[in-house]
Parts: sequence; C-alpha cells; structure tokens
Amino acid sequence: MRTLVQTLLASGFFGRNTPYDLVAAIAVFVLSAAVFLGVAFPFAGIVSWVERRVWARIQSRVGPNRVGPNGFLQWLADGVKHVCKEDIVPTDADPVLFKMAPYLVVLAFVLPWAVMPFSSALILADLNVGILYMTAVTAITVVGVLMAGWASNDKWSLIGGIRSAAQIVSYEIPAGLSIFPVVLMTGTLSMQGIIRAQGWAPQHWFLFANPFTFVAANILFISALAEGNRTPFDLPEAESELVAGFATEYSGMRYLFFFMAEWGNLFIIGAIIATLFLGGWQFPRVSNNPVVMNVLELITFNVKVLFLVFVSMWVRGTLPRVRIDQLMTLCWKYFVPIAFANMIGTAIWVAIWPEGNPVAGYIMFAAGIVVAIVFIRRVVFYAKRSQMELYYYPTI
Amino acid sequence: MEALAIYQRLAEQFGDRILETVSKKPDPFCVVDPAAIVEVAQYLHDDPELAMDCLSNQSGVDYKDRIEVVYHLFSYSHRHGAVLKVKLPRENPAVRTVESVWKSANWMEREIFDLLGVTFDGHSDLRRILLPEDWVGYPLRKDFVEPLEYHGISTVRESPILRLDPKAK
Amino acid sequence: MNTLRTEEMTLNMGPQHPSTHGVLRFIVRADGEVMREAVPDVGYLHRSIEKIAEKVGYHGFMPYTDRVDYVCAMFTNQGWGMACEKLAGIEVPRRGEYCRVIAAEFNRIASHLLSVGTMAMDIGAMTPFTHAIREREMINDLIEELCGARLTFNYMRIGGVGFDLPPGWREKALAYLDHFDPILEEYNALISYNKIYIERLANVGVIAADDAVNYNLVGPNLRACGVKWDIRKDIPYSVYPDFEFEVPIGSGQWGTLGDAMDRYMVRIREMAESSKILRQALKQLPPGSVLAKVPRNFKPPAGECQIRVESARGDMGWYVVSDGTAFPWRVHVRTGSFAAMGITQKLSRGLMIADLVTLIASLDVIAPEIDR
Repeated sequence: MRTLVQTLLASGFFGRNTPYDLVAAIAVFVLSAAVFLGVAFPFAGIVSWVERRVWARIQSRVGPNRVGPNGFLQWLADGVKHVCKEDIVPTDADPVLFKMAPYLVVLAFVLPWAVMPFSSALILADLNVGILYMTAVTAITVVGVLMAGWASNDKWSLIGGIRSAAQIVSYEIPAGLSIFPVVLMTGTLSMQGIIRAQGWAPQHWFLFANPFTFVAANILFISALAEGNRTPFDLPEAESELVAGFATEYSGMRYLFFFMAEWGNLFIIGAIIATLFLGGWQFPRVSNNPVVMNVLELITFNVKVLFLVFVSMWVRGTLPRVRIDQLMTLCWKYFVPIAFANMIGTAIWVAIWPEGNPVAGYIMFAAGIVVAIVFIRRVVFYAKRSQMELYYYPTI
Repeated sequence: MEALAIYQRLAEQFGDRILETVSKKPDPFCVVDPAAIVEVAQYLHDDPELAMDCLSNQSGVDYKDRIEVVYHLFSYSHRHGAVLKVKLPRENPAVRTVESVWKSANWMEREIFDLLGVTFDGHSDLRRILLPEDWVGYPLRKDFVEPLEYHGISTVRESPILRLDPKAK
Repeated sequence: MNTLRTEEMTLNMGPQHPSTHGVLRFIVRADGEVMREAVPDVGYLHRSIEKIAEKVGYHGFMPYTDRVDYVCAMFTNQGWGMACEKLAGIEVPRRGEYCRVIAAEFNRIASHLLSVGTMAMDIGAMTPFTHAIREREMINDLIEELCGARLTFNYMRIGGVGFDLPPGWREKALAYLDHFDPILEEYNALISYNKIYIERLANVGVIAADDAVNYNLVGPNLRACGVKWDIRKDIPYSVYPDFEFEVPIGSGQWGTLGDAMDRYMVRIREMAESSKILRQALKQLPPGSVLAKVPRNFKPPAGECQIRVESARGDMGWYVVSDGTAFPWRVHVRTGSFAAMGITQKLSRGLMIADLVTLIASLDVIAPEIDR
C-alpha cells in the first residue's frame, strides 16, 4: 500500500505538493471502510439469518429457507427490501435528530472492529487501551437510541429510549468491573496483550484461572447481553409492551440500521468475552508458517465467538423478558457488589500467586466439564420425557 | 333455596314494592318496583340466608311498550339464583344503579345504557361502552333504524352478487 | 429537590397495540414506568351479534355464535344450543351430548393453549408460543376432521351436534391425548417453572376472592382466587356428572393467592383435567343418534331462560327471551372477558406498564367476546 501511494504521489495523481501522510491516511480510511462494509455488515446480515434459523429450530418451526440454499441469501433479500422502502420521517418528529440516530448506532457497531483481534497479525490497530476503547465506543449506542427515542416524538419510543439509556448506563458498571480482574492479572489493556497472556488449552484460559474470573466472565456476558438489548433484557424494544420501542417510527433503511447494529453487536459481545476469558485466537503452534498459523488462529477465534453468539441466540429462544425494576435490581443489588467483590478477590489472588495458580486452572476446568455433563444429561432426560420425535439434521 | 321461596321471602319483606311474582317455567322471576331496586338488591346481598354475592347477568329487554331491566343474581355460598326485573317506561327509562351492591353492575349497566338507552341514576361512569361516543340511537330497541352512514362511511353495501351479475339487477 | 416538577404521561395503548389480544384500547396515565391508572376502552369489535340474533332465527344464529368467541367457539355453540333446548324442552340424545363434551373439551385445551402461549409471548418468551400453537394445530386438525372447520366450528345444532365422530377419529383423538400429556410436562419445564417467568407473574394483579365474586369474574380467573367453582361440577349440565375430574384452584404458592401466576397455573392444570375428561368420554361413548328431532321451523314457546356454560373463559351466560315466533325476541350473552375487563381499571393502579400486559394476558380476555 505504501508503494502504491508513493507511485500515485509521484505521478501527480493527487495534484502537486500533496503531503504523503494525508494521502496515506485517506487511503487507510478508504480501505478500512471497505473492510467494514465487506466484513462487518455482511456479518450482521448473516447473523440475522443464522439467528432466524436457530430460533426457528428452537421453536420447532422451519425458518427462512426460500432465498438461496437453505435461505442463506435471505439477509440480502431483506437488506435490499429495506433499502428500497420509503424512508418515512413523521411530521412531528425532529428531522435532524431522527435521521442521525441510526448512524450513531451503526457507528457504535463499526468502531469496535478496529481493535478486533482476529489473529496474532490480523488486527487493524492494537491499541494499548484496546479493551477500554472497546467498552467506550460500544456505549455510544445509548446516545443513538436515546436520540431515536426522543426525536421520534412518540411516547412509546421515548419510553424505549429512556429504558435503553437506563439499562446501558447501569450495566456498563458491572461490565467494566468484570473486565478489571483480567486487567489486574495481565497488567495490560491491549487486546493482543490479554490474549497472549493466556494459553490455547482451556486450563490456561482466564475463564478457569480462578473462581473470581469465572464469575466475572458470567457477569460480563449477562451485562453485555443487557447492553446489546438482547433477551432477556430486550426491554427497549419489547414488542409486546412498547410496540417496537425506540424503533417504532422508523422504516426502511434506518430501521434496518438499528437491527444490523443489534446483530453485529452479538459478534462484538462474543469477541470481548472470547478475548478476555476464552483465550482469543490462541492455537497450539503446529506450524512455523505464519500464514497457516494466522488462518488457524482466525478460525479458532471465530469458532469461539460464534459459539458465544449461538449461546446468546439460545438464551433468546428460551428466556422471557425481565421487568424494568427487576433489571435494575439485578444490576445494582447483585451484579455491582459481586463484581466489586470479584475485583478484590482477584487482587488478593494475584497478590498470593503473582504468576497464577496452575492447579486452579485444572480443577476449575474439570468442574466445568462436570457441569457440562450434568447439563447434557438433563437435556437428554427432558427430551426423552417429552416423547417428541427429534430431528437431528442441521437443515430443513 | 328455591327461586320461588326467595320471591316469597322478598314479598314478605318488601310488601307491595314487589309488584309481581311469575312462576312460569323454565325461569321464574319477580318484578320489583323500580324505586325499590337498590333496597331489594342490598337486602338480597346482605341477608345471610340469601347472600346473593354475585350479579351474574344484567340485561335489558325492549318489549315495545316497556323496557325491562333483568337482574340474574347468584349466590356462590348457597348455590341458588334469582331473577329480578324492573319495568320501565319507554320514554326516558331510568332506574337507580345497583353498582353500590355489585361492582360488576358498572359495565353491564353501561352496556344497557349504550344499547337500550336506560339511564342509571347514580352510576359513577355512565358513558357509551361498545358504540362510539357520538352514536345516535339505541340499537337494541325494536324501533331502531340503522343510519345510512356514519362519519361518511356508508353502512349499506351493494350485494357482491349484484355486482358480479348485471342481469340480477 | 421538592420543587422538581413531574408530569404524568398519558399513553394510548391500542387498538393496534401488539399485546392487546384482538382490538382493545387502554388510556394509560403513567408516571414514568409506573401506571396511575389504565382506563379500558372497548367496542372496536362490536358487531351487534345480539341484534343479529333477532333477525336470523334460532337455527340461523348458530354460525353467528361462533363469532362471539372465536377462540372457543364450541362453548358458544353449546350455550346457544342449550338455551334453545331449555326453552323448547328438547332432550339431546346421549351420544350427542358426548360428542358435544368431546368437542368442547378439545376446544378448551386449544383455547387454554392459545392463552398460555400468548401469555408467555407477552412476557417476552417466544418459544412457548410456537410450541403451544403447534399442539393447538393438531387439535384444530382433529376438529377439522370432525366438523370441517378449524376456528368457527358451527359444529353443534339445536338438539345435538351436526355430525357424528368420523370413523377412526376416536383412536386418533386418544393417540393425540397420549402425545399431549407429556407435552404439558415439557411445557411446564420450558416456561412454567422458569425463574424469570415466575418473578414476572407472581404478585402481579392480585385479586381477592370477594372482589372476584363482586366483579363477577368467572372461570379460571375466579378459581385462581381460591373459589372452588366450576359450572361443570357445581351446576352440572350435559353429561359432565359421568366424568371424574378435579377443579384446579389457585394456591398462591408462588406469590399471593389470586395473582397472575395462579391464573396461569390454573389454566395449565385445567388442560390436564380436560385431557382426563376426554379420555373418559372417548372410552364411554354410547351408541345412538347424535341429533334430536328438531323441527326446521323451530318455534320455542314464549318464555325466557338463562343457561350457564363453563366456557374456556369461564361461566358464559345466555339469556334468551322467546315470543313464540321463529325469531328470538332478545338474546343476551354475558361473557367471561366482559367481566374480566371491568376489573382491569381497578387492578391497574400502581402496576408497571409491563405488568399491564401481564395482567391482560393473565385475565385471558378475548376482544370479540367483550364486544360481541
């Protein structure tokens, strides 16, 4: 890219006396934008299709299966449909804020991709405040949602926006506090630094490093679901209560933006958890070829993230929605104190074993396997009791 | 307690304010003086041997020469029922509300007011319930004529068969 | 801080709101998330069915009764049939009564499934809804085989039912019940004992027993308040005395007696009881005709009667006045939803907006039944 820019400069393509830095900066912007458009948006679309299929399976339905193989291109069809629709701005709405709100929400969804650690080399910018940056920019959503709620000039939208603001601001605290234990253990905020501090094997993940990080991971996951407006915390867009919450008055592309951001946020939630607690892209060193290693790491990272995305879909298909007071009680009466206790616990743990306790990892991992086995046995028990015909094939 | 025994008891208690007892099958009923309906209702509700704790059904009937309001009472504790009626004139029918005795009368009286035009004096919230606020007339009266249009919406419809088959015209 | 000015917000909920079952409207006065009051406004589905009855005659009104409550149309059929039979003194053949009970109890299960399914959906869980609808579809298939319709059945006639059970139907129905009982268990495991679900329902919209009676609540709503009252048991009609079944009542074990969770659980348990009744009815099915001889030009003697049917939404009262002609002089239906709607204004005070949705769902109101 450097040579390309230099050649273009020398040929006078940008006119005379154009500084190199400016052109390079522009080129990087354009390329990054291409990456976002090429990776982030299709990803959000594909997640919407996956979610609908997974959800349909949970609900014993078929789900979209008409456009493309197994309905895979449904997201494209929906996207095209939404873009072609009329963009309605209500007469009494504040047009500037109303139109701007979806862009802010999309912005909050796009910015975190800058520090997304796909593999040891594939990262746009390994900021030394990476995780802090991540939590900071995802919180921009609240501004967009609040703007949408207020500018719509609709009371249902307003309630949705206010709910969202209260929810995101509240859950930012336990989420932030749950990142702390990991930062305490690694001494860095960089995404790559945190991943490098872990190993590829589960007993070296921070999830199993000590009991406090395990709790922190769970709190972070639940808080992230709440920040992403996912069931069971989808109060801002609770359609049985608030019609469509803050998005009630939106139509066409702007409506799509909100939901694209929601599905894209799933990936970001998964990426944060995978980075902090599941060893990120860590993969056993099977080859010395950096390309092979990077591909393997990319796959590892994505598998971990997609598993977490799947869990969040699974949760959405299973749980009902909590009430606003229960939501706040959960956050302020349970999560915040527990997260604080976790932080202190981790600090003590780190003071005792500055290099980490290797035995704890094995014990915790073994306990995790026992829990998983108990869970699977329960699922099998219920499946047998219901005497339903089970359908195992991945597609219909 | 049998319905007729209840009416007997009512007649003893209220004398000539119980106008008539009709023992016709299948449902015997007794006709009460409209002025005394609340006292009778309160008595039926409060008397421990009658204990009519539920106003099961309240409806109005237009008999062309009069309008009757019918009260179907029921007692959950004694498992017996009674039917009371009040006869009202067709012009400006009005009777006192029994809302103070049974809360369920609130909505049922609103419905009777809405569809038959009986005014319930002392009712806390006497508005139209099923029909729009600006509807004219009381549809369940026998002489009700449906208006041809409501706010510019026609209430008559050309038969689709006529539209399909021009010869049928 | 005391000078901080607050303002109440007036919200218009409905008639196109997604969680008002049918078309209802509430005018909600709210202080943030907490409601001061929700004033119901009904009538959007008013079709003047009572007036139609005066114009179409006794037999002709039967299809219209389906529309009184299209979710459990068998009971409205049965109510109208029973009222006419009582007026004219017609005896329904025993097999006809059995067919009625079988159809009605299947319809009760279907109606309760829809009720608990939409309730779960209103709470935000989408999966139980589709599972409930899946089971309801199977019942609809069975009933379709029975009478050719899936929603507005028009199965019953004055003096019996329109069609006898088709050949092989009994076995299919029994096979369905064998399939259904474990499904109910699965449904409980899926949603009924979910912690969030219980938290959302318990202690919401608590109705005291005497309030329930005074407001004329009926059916599952009344039983959830601890009043053990079921028309099928206490004023037996049809062939219900032949069957053994329990009347489930609210226990208050999740919160307060008479809260939304009790109403929900009463419906779940009633489905199991209906299944029990159905098994007995299908086993004891007597031979014979299903329809009594009723003249085509049906003219009951002048008089009036009221009958009460235990519909899925509770005690449904039909008050019919006959003047001896072929057309009823006056028909009045008193339905469970109408009474349940009357208490919402009182119950809504101090609830949260999300609880209003729970409350409507737990009272199982169906808009056409309120408005008729």
